Amino acid sequence: MTSLPETTQRKLGLVIDLDTCVGCHACVIACKSWNTENYGAPLSDQDPYGAAPSGTFLNRVHSYEITPPHGQAQLVHFPKSCLHCEDAPCVTVCPTGASYKRSEDGIVLVNEADCIGCGLCAWACPYGAREMDQTAGVMKKCTLCVDRIYNENLPPEDREPACVRTCPAGARHFGDLGDPDSDVSQLVAARGGFDLMPDLGTKPVNKYLPPRPKDQWDETDILAPFLEPVADSPQGFLGWLDRALERL
Amino acid sequence: MHPAPSVIIFTTLSGLGFGLLVFLGLGFPPVTGWVAFVFFLIAYALSVGGLLASTFHLGHPERALKAFRQWRTSWLSREAIAAVAALLVMGLYALFAVFFGTRIAALGWIGAALSLATVITTAMIYTQIKAVPRWHQALTPLHLTTASLAGGALLAGQITLAQIFLFLGGIIQIAHWLRGDGRFAQAGQSIASATGLSEAGRIRAFEAPHTGTNYLLREMVHVVGRKHAQRLRIIALGLGFVLPLTLILIPGASHGLGGLAVLSHILGMLASRWLFFAQAEHVVGLYYGARG
Repeated sequence: MTSLPETTQRKLGLVIDLDTCVGCHACVIACKSWNTENYGAPLSDQDPYGAAPSGTFLNRVHSYEITPPHGQAQLVHFPKSCLHCEDAPCVTVCPTGASYKRSEDGIVLVNEADCIGCGLCAWACPYGAREMDQTAGVMKKCTLCVDRIYNENLPPEDREPACVRTCPAGARHFGDLGDPDSDVSQLVAARGGFDLMPDLGTKPVNKYLPPRPKDQWDETDILAPFLEPVADSPQGFLGWLDRALERL
Repeated sequence: MHPAPSVIIFTTLSGLGFGLLVFLGLGFPPVTGWVAFVFFLIAYALSVGGLLASTFHLGHPERALKAFRQWRTSWLSREAIAAVAALLVMGLYALFAVFFGTRIAALGWIGAALSLATVITTAMIYTQIKAVPRWHQALTPLHLTTASLAGGALLAGQITLAQIFLFLGGIIQIAHWLRGDGRFAQAGQSIASATGLSEAGRIRAFEAPHTGTNYLLREMVHVVGRKHAQRLRIIALGLGFVLPLTLILIPGASHGLGGLAVLSHILGMLASRWLFFAQAEHVVGLYYGARG
């Protein structure tokens, strides 16, 4: 059923810390590795070892250069996967009911047996969270590792999404964002977590934490003034060359 | 957006076919017998041919029947239902008109309404997508509907109606382009809102997630074909609306000129549909440092 649930009992989602993400892409690999051999069709690659490789990924890490008004430019690594929106436009456009949002935990899933591969949900998603698998001909998306988080065959510490489990920097957090007392909700409140493209009214469940302000150069060290360059004008041979060239 | 040939052909041909069915249902012209047979053959060839072409872009066309289920929320599902209902009702209407020489007017009106509904639901599939600001505007359904009615009236040989809809269609086509050009900026999404990093400073996409391309880039960040956009607009407007209008304004226009007008209109509409997709910018392009 492609009508969205009025409310969901829980709002499971991710909180991604842009301050601590080091851009190692381990979450991309862990995601592909888990999801290519578990829930649904495998995540195929086309021409993986050839000249024009391409493949299906449910999680991709972009990198952005941020130049603040004062100070040095910095790099922000930006992992992006399905945000499991409360008002998910990808769900309502589906003609077959293959796309749905679960009322119990808010996870947005695709029933691949019903997907006709029309691609309309991928168009409707502003975030590029859905990718059509070129081999299977069905729409793939982040399942929030629904086959891990409730999986009693796994040890308790592994019952979280593969991307969260693998992140060496601790930049990814998983939990119930509908519960204001949960760890992830408190983290969002403490760090000023934000939504992506909030104006589009999708109400994403996943939140992003902004990079913390960096140290300023002029506060770095009391010895800094002594490290100023001592020679403003060249001396010796270079000085002579400089003066000779000036005279020409 | 990627201008997939199957979707361009589908929207162009089925738009024409259902446009023709609207007029046949309303009794413009009030045909029966063999003449009706030829008219309905053309209408069904275009509309059904277009619908078949649209299934070529599906990953699993064999599951297409499942698409009739979600009419409560999905415009694509509503389109499928409206199209089949229109074809069935008009089929019954055609059966009586061709073989029994009687036109059941009420059936024709219902069929015409369903045919018009099909064109509107097709248009709404594009209009509903907020992530493509050029499509997400009130002129989109108006543009696709008038274009369909202009082609339908031309095919039905309704000179006066064709003049009206070609004129209106041409004006709305221009308006859709001009308004569409500013829609992305109006929608207000930028790399800053996409990443939420506006407060940190000036943002530049430094590195894409992968060295290769991917489905999102191929499907939604398509830029090929924008190079000749202005020339294609002139071709679309000239062949799609201006030339056919001029041809049918010639007093005592013959069938030959009418046929030429139809052909010109179809070529123009193909160019228009190419631009409809190729110039549509999806906000996901912002994540890749593209404007769309």
